[in-house]
Amino acid sequence: MTRFRCNGMDVQTGAAPMSRLLDVLREDLRYTGPKEGCGEGECGACTVRIDGEPVMSCLVPVCQVEGAEVQTVEGLAQPVVHAVQSAFLQHGAAQCGICTPGFLMAAAALLDENPHPTREEARVALAGNLCRCTGYQKIVDAVVRAIAKEA
Amino acid sequence: MLACTAPVIRPRTLRDALQARADRPDATVLAGGTDVMVYMEAGVLQPSAVIDLWGCHGLRGIEARGNELRIGATTTHSDLARDPRVPAVLRESALTVGAVQIQNRGTVGGNICNSSPAGDTLPVWLALDADFQLSSVRGTRRVAAADYWRGYKQTALATDELLTAIYLPEVEGEAHFRKVGTRMAQAISKVIFCGRRSHGVARLAFGAVGPVPLRVRAAEDALVAGAPVSEVVRLVREGIVPIDDVRSTRDYRARVSGNVVGRWLG
Repeated sequence: MTRFRCNGMDVQTGAAPMSRLLDVLREDLRYTGPKEGCGEGECGACTVRIDGEPVMSCLVPVCQVEGAEVQTVEGLAQPVVHAVQSAFLQHGAAQCGICTPGFLMAAAALLDENPHPTREEARVALAGNLCRCTGYQKIVDAVVRAIAKEA
Repeated sequence: MLACTAPVIRPRTLRDALQARADRPDATVLAGGTDVMVYMEAGVLQPSAVIDLWGCHGLRGIEARGNELRIGATTTHSDLARDPRVPAVLRESALTVGAVQIQNRGTVGGNICNSSPAGDTLPVWLALDADFQLSSVRGTRRVAAADYWRGYKQTALATDELLTAIYLPEVEGEAHFRKVGTRMAQAISKVIFCGRRSHGVARLAFGAVGPVPLRVRAAEDALVAGAPVSEVVRLVREGIVPIDDVRSTRDYRARVSGNVVGRWLG
């Protein structure tokens, strides 16, 4: 049994210890925000935060989150929609949407560390996330203006 | 992916980890998972047992010890990049491993033990004269990075040993790191270069241009002896052993390896 916190709730799973965190989140806990794109850490669609750090949940065996705090995009909107989510809406930064939860989690982690990133800093922080609609400009627009807009 | 029902051993202390390794030489050693999970998903790795070092105390972290920097094996690439005591070329190389999400989990020890010839940090350990600490219930020994890789994915690590730390001596000179790949992030390298030079010392280390990360000693000797840059470049191209593969060609790698050295020295 692995116990951890997910989006502020105490959760547990009886999944095998080497199960992917991504599968436990989606199948057992029904948090379907994190998506499976490539399944090998290349695309970032499964990005979640563990103790605040963005990681690829397809590459984390669930046993390694024992006692940790996991956040998915569902938790990002609690208690209210996060500034970066509002900015994505404002700037039209979502197209088909499958990459969006991963981008939001990577962007939220960046903004916690660096509330006023340059475009270049945003590009580096989001380099592990692919958007196959190629909507990168608007995503970067949203991320660099997320906090500025809130102020 | 088939469900993995292999037992997972999660030692909390180094002593327990070494005992687990001695008891289960067949086990797959897991740290940040950024290689192991990919191999399992692809079906090329079906562990009979797993030793998970992620939560093992004393293996993660960087500390100054005398004239050396001790870097624990499960220190992540993000930890490395953030620490100002770490030489700039090493921090730079850590920031080319995958992207942020990978750097937050992938460990320096994992990169060394996976032993891909294209591991981004590996030529840097060579150029900085790093020692690797290999430990087992029998004791602890140090192996120079230059003696660690023996052949494609073959290393000096015995079946009952774990890589526990890397020691970096204080080294002199100007150092340079260059990764050449299809894009800045997430790309597996076509050529990786790390060079260092000071009076009487030269290191020219490469990745992805041979079965192991390697130094080109003939070119290093020529550089120390004051040979012209063109001669050093020629010896580099002669001293590496690149292949054609999905990422690049032998000819491209030879030409680019010479060019990155020539530009640095020129």
